[in-house]
Amino acid sequence: MIELLVGHLLPLALLGALLGLDVVAFPQAMLSRPIVAATLVGGFLGAPDRGLLVGVALEFFALEAMPFGATRYPEWGSASVVGSALFTPATDGTTGAMLLAVLFALITAGLGGASMHLLRQVNAALAKRQQVRIARGSGGAVVALQLAGLTADLLRGGVLTFGVLLVLGPAYRRALEAMTISASFSRAMVVGTASAVGLAALWKLGRTTPGAPWYLAVGLVAGFALAGGLL
Amino acid sequence: MTPAPATLPWHVHLAMYLRLFAIQGAWNYETMTGNGIAFALEPALRRLPGGRGGPAYCEAMARQSGYFNAHPYLAAVAVGALARAELDGVPAAQIERFKVAATGPLGSVGDRLIWAGWLPFCSALALLAFGLGASPTTVVALFLGCYNVVHLGLRAWGLRAGWRHGLHVAQALGTPVLRKGPAHVTRATALLAGLALPSAAVGIIGPGRAVLGLVLGGVVAGAAVITSLQGRIAGWRLAIAVLTLFTILSLVR
Repeated sequence: MIELLVGHLLPLALLGALLGLDVVAFPQAMLSRPIVAATLVGGFLGAPDRGLLVGVALEFFALEAMPFGATRYPEWGSASVVGSALFTPATDGTTGAMLLAVLFALITAGLGGASMHLLRQVNAALAKRQQVRIARGSGGAVVALQLAGLTADLLRGGVLTFGVLLVLGPAYRRALEAMTISASFSRAMVVGTASAVGLAALWKLGRTTPGAPWYLAVGLVAGFALAGGLL
Repeated sequence: MTPAPATLPWHVHLAMYLRLFAIQGAWNYETMTGNGIAFALEPALRRLPGGRGGPAYCEAMARQSGYFNAHPYLAAVAVGALARAELDGVPAAQIERFKVAATGPLGSVGDRLIWAGWLPFCSALALLAFGLGASPTTVVALFLGCYNVVHLGLRAWGLRAGWRHGLHVAQALGTPVLRKGPAHVTRATALLAGLALPSAAVGIIGPGRAVLGLVLGGVVAGAAVITSLQGRIAGWRLAIAVLTLFTILSLVR
């Protein structure tokens, strides 16, 4: 197994910062979606195809939690960096690699969501401090507040990615050495769980639209036939 | 005599358009997107009589930095409309009424069209491409290309429509694309996602395909369980519990 080099930590934290920023603050171009972010990280570590594998697994989960307004949702940008950074260096056939990488990415997504909630409270406190200037119509105060929010979000994603990789990276390696399940079972477990969450999310999105559940059913039947042909 | 309608040079339009990408930069639970609206409007407000820092500019900035919430892409409609209203000298009370009235529609239309429609559609498209064996570059380019054609286009259209119609921009929101589009996109997403899910699963499992039938059966059963919970616990949180349990079992066996 190729070790995740310590020298990779800072560039990965930078990627986590930029992709974490994309989730809400700037530019929301969905670079932070797992299927994109994890593949980018895989490419950075020299194996985009392995990054894509873990990205696809996480994308199923991400279908469930869309960034609707003021709701709290997991943060997939930093989480995808963590998942891909852990999984990409593991060689094919490594016991439990995908299971652990996805599990740690999901935990990171939860921590990221909590950190975004905290950031929104920090932004409110900053806005309160600038309240008098903003009420007087100071353009400088408005721009400064916006830049402070963007900078804080950038730092949030970077610190989160760095911290999680620093703590969970060694734990991941140690756990892999002790795991006994086969690589294919590990992947099957992840795919089964992820697809179940994704399918439930699609059902939830489509059930209020007339006809959509039927489209989903027809798609699934055709999809099973297509998957059978791919085997 | 009626004053001539305000004009906006292209570079001001461009500056506003670029600032729209950071409209949620200071998002918070108090004013939500309010500060972002003022931030995006600011280049236009410099053209008020007295220029930057003048009384008209300061009054408008103070007015626009209060509470506002909308879908981030469709907030462009509000920014265009508010810029037009401020430069046309529309009374402050009318502007405030518009902001209150626009919040709901600009949020719900955007949520249905993008978060519940176009984004899952592009995800499903990328998952299908992966399942059919496309390269990582193709999958990423397909997702980003499809998604951002609509994303960038919607922000540009919104800003232009808002500026053209001013506070009467509701008629632009009545376009069939925004009224009927979400339902069509949702149906297309359902079909595409159903098609993509099994082939993407096959793509990930790879050599362990003997377990595929079991996995796909488990997927349907698992989805039924998550749906029956009716949002009492998020699926991804449940997944953490399930995957943790399997990890522990694997470690102690």
